[in-house]
Amino acid sequence: MRWKPIRLIPDDTKYPFMRLSRFGFFLSGILCALSIALFIFKGLNYGIDFKGGTEIQVRGTQTIQMDDLRKELDSIGLGKVELQQMGTGNDVLIKVAAQAGDAEGQNSQKKIMEALGPNFEKRAANTVGGSVSSEYTQNATGAVMLSILFVLVFLSFRFEWQFALGAVLSLLHDVTLSLGLFSLIGLEFNLSVVAAILTIIGYSLNDTVVVFDRIREYLRRYKAMGLADLIDFSINSVLPRTILTSLATLMALLALFFFGGEVIRGFTSAMIWGVFVGTYSSIFIAAPVLIMLGTKREVSATQAKASKG
Amino acid sequence: MFHYPRWKTLLILGTVFLGILFAAPNAFEPLGIHVLAQKLGLKPMTLGLDLQGGANILMEVDKKDLTEKVQQQLMGDIRATLREQKIGYTNLSKTSDGVSVTLNKPEDAPKVTPELNKLLQPLDSGILSAGVAVNLFSLTQNNGQYVFAIQAKGFEAKMQTSLKQAIRVLENRINGLGTTESAIQQQGANRISIQIPGLQDPDRVKNLLGSTAKLTFQLLCHDQPSTANALPPPDCAAYPRKEDVDAALAAKMKADPTVKELSDSEKKALPQMWVQTAGLSTVDGADLTDAQPGFDSQTNTPEVTFKFNQKGALRFGKLTAENVGKPFAIVLDGIVESDPVINTPILGGSGQISGHFTIEQTNDLAITLRSGALPAKLVIAEEATVGPSLGADSIRAGVYAAIAGLIFVMIFILLPYGFFGVIADFALIINLILLIGVMSLFGFTLTLPGIAGIVLTLGMAVDSNVLIYERIREEWRHGKTALSAIETGFTAALRTVTDANVTTIIAAVILFSMGTGPVRGFAITLGVGIITTLFTAFALTRLIMAYWVRRYKPKEINL
Repeated sequence: MRWKPIRLIPDDTKYPFMRLSRFGFFLSGILCALSIALFIFKGLNYGIDFKGGTEIQVRGTQTIQMDDLRKELDSIGLGKVELQQMGTGNDVLIKVAAQAGDAEGQNSQKKIMEALGPNFEKRAANTVGGSVSSEYTQNATGAVMLSILFVLVFLSFRFEWQFALGAVLSLLHDVTLSLGLFSLIGLEFNLSVVAAILTIIGYSLNDTVVVFDRIREYLRRYKAMGLADLIDFSINSVLPRTILTSLATLMALLALFFFGGEVIRGFTSAMIWGVFVGTYSSIFIAAPVLIMLGTKREVSATQAKASKG
Repeated sequence: MFHYPRWKTLLILGTVFLGILFAAPNAFEPLGIHVLAQKLGLKPMTLGLDLQGGANILMEVDKKDLTEKVQQQLMGDIRATLREQKIGYTNLSKTSDGVSVTLNKPEDAPKVTPELNKLLQPLDSGILSAGVAVNLFSLTQNNGQYVFAIQAKGFEAKMQTSLKQAIRVLENRINGLGTTESAIQQQGANRISIQIPGLQDPDRVKNLLGSTAKLTFQLLCHDQPSTANALPPPDCAAYPRKEDVDAALAAKMKADPTVKELSDSEKKALPQMWVQTAGLSTVDGADLTDAQPGFDSQTNTPEVTFKFNQKGALRFGKLTAENVGKPFAIVLDGIVESDPVINTPILGGSGQISGHFTIEQTNDLAITLRSGALPAKLVIAEEATVGPSLGADSIRAGVYAAIAGLIFVMIFILLPYGFFGVIADFALIINLILLIGVMSLFGFTLTLPGIAGIVLTLGMAVDSNVLIYERIREEWRHGKTALSAIETGFTAALRTVTDANVTTIIAAVILFSMGTGPVRGFAITLGVGIITTLFTAFALTRLIMAYWVRRYKPKEINL
């Protein structure tokens, strides 16, 4: 069992990340501004979780003629019907907006199935009423806010407040860019995408904490080194790990993307994006923020105690 | 770190063994030996509705209906109170948010006010301020005109109690159905979640759960409507007959087969029957000891027989004894089921409803009668169904993705780490087994996003091994001996991994608390995955490394 391990990343790299971070800030600033503009002016393609309505996934006995189907469904009085072909040509996802009155909403499913006739099998259906969907929106927003707040508290406790702020800024950056991407390509934004965003927060933080942990260690060991050099040194030291872990996670996500089926593809797409953004932001957002905030070089008493655990 | 006391080794290996044991039943079914799981008393993971197929329904109390019920009840109470006091009144009617009544003689007010004040219905204001009573109504009086207005806070409390009551009633109904494994629970502050797994017809369950099942026995009014649209006299209510409703519904369904019931206005347009609202006898689960489906012995048509408890029997006996020879109406949820004439007083405390039922209807009616009436109509806020074929596809997709993910990650980790990669791969497999074992042991539900969580865990679990190995490698390259490099690697990485994973646990906990159904499934696997990862990295991998170091005394590290 002796084979020469293959190194993907050269050792002792000396990339000047902090010098590059000026471009990083610039790029991120533009991308964030674009994302916010997209979010405000184009908005997100909300799924029925958030806007209410009915969604039915059906399978036909033969290849579905989308145009015929659209014509047929537009005439049953449920307003504009949205169709989306899935997988092989036999599956289609039908979406209609919430109908006035809850009772009507429940009937949408039946009306559609009647219009389709016996050659279609109902594979899944979901009707969300207005009251639930607005609550989901609140919950989702609340969850993202709450997790960011908890992170702020936890990191201030484990590190210095500058670290916590750096991490939170990089999280906001990740969330903003994720929303921007979803707005840009018009992928459906539903509850599982929110779950993905929370996971991105978890992942990105994981990455940031590993970098911070090393910075904290070197701050204690190399007291004479300049802060920017020290951060560069730290990031370069953990770079092999950063890249290996990102790639391993990407492997798992690609497996999900290709084999996991349509139902979770939105989730997987968000996560794949999140791995890139999260890795980028821990290096180019979270770390430079430490320099901008002027992190103290002396290790405080509380921190020294905490690091023993 | 290279010396492990025996008990520690046994503890770690024991945990792994238990994990394998609890995870094993999940492999039994595909292997066709699931009888073995039962013999061992073990269970595989519970599959979520998105994987096994089924319906998930969220219901909430219909505010409008509850308001109406509350108003109606109050009007009855006012009527009874004023009659008892022998005080004349007019204009007893609903307002937009309450009830108003006017005394014939305003000078009666001082006598009436304290009596009417008793009708304000103090209610417990609920979770936030337990023990503090709020009134359902406020009462104002002006020159003999009384206005009861529903209070927002009181109504909130009423909604809460109604919801609790509705859950109890629904549970009884579901249990009565016997065949289903449906689960009913409160979700959030004001909803009820009902899960109906498997292939059953969700429509039947929905109808069974949705019907209010309020059964009343009411005397017919002396006058009956002579023209359509005639307004009922005071103290009378108008209801359509079951035959007419059935006929109209059948006609409507011919035109549009998706229709399930008539609207209120359509019901009002049918010929009406006037029944007395005073002196009625209401029967619901509270007054019944039993209700059973059966057949009429003479006509052999389906019917429901029921038995009153003592209180109900007395009341019903009195009602029938006083009204022999008169017709009375059996009203179920606002429809007259039948209107027989009382031939003899019914004192035995049992009776039957017959007429226009199918066998399934009598079955369901018996169940609903036994379990009591709902406090108000329930409306469906969300309804999701997944057909079993899609569920099976999702399981297959999930399993493929998990296997592919496992293989990708395993190969990927072998490349840079060689022999150490083999240890990491072994730990990864044990990690997966432990994760499944924990899920099975605690009966956590596996959903499709949950499978995504598992696959993601595979990717992220490797992180702890990568952190450890990279650290060992660094230390080794910086001139430490093999032993001390390994030792430092583990201790330094442990702190990083713990810090890093706490943040993911935060995300998982928040996901769990805010999420519903599938998203919760994801949060569970993510959270459990972190814990099993910490175990495999810092207990199992470390134990294996310690054994390897003691056995082979390596002088160099091939990383």
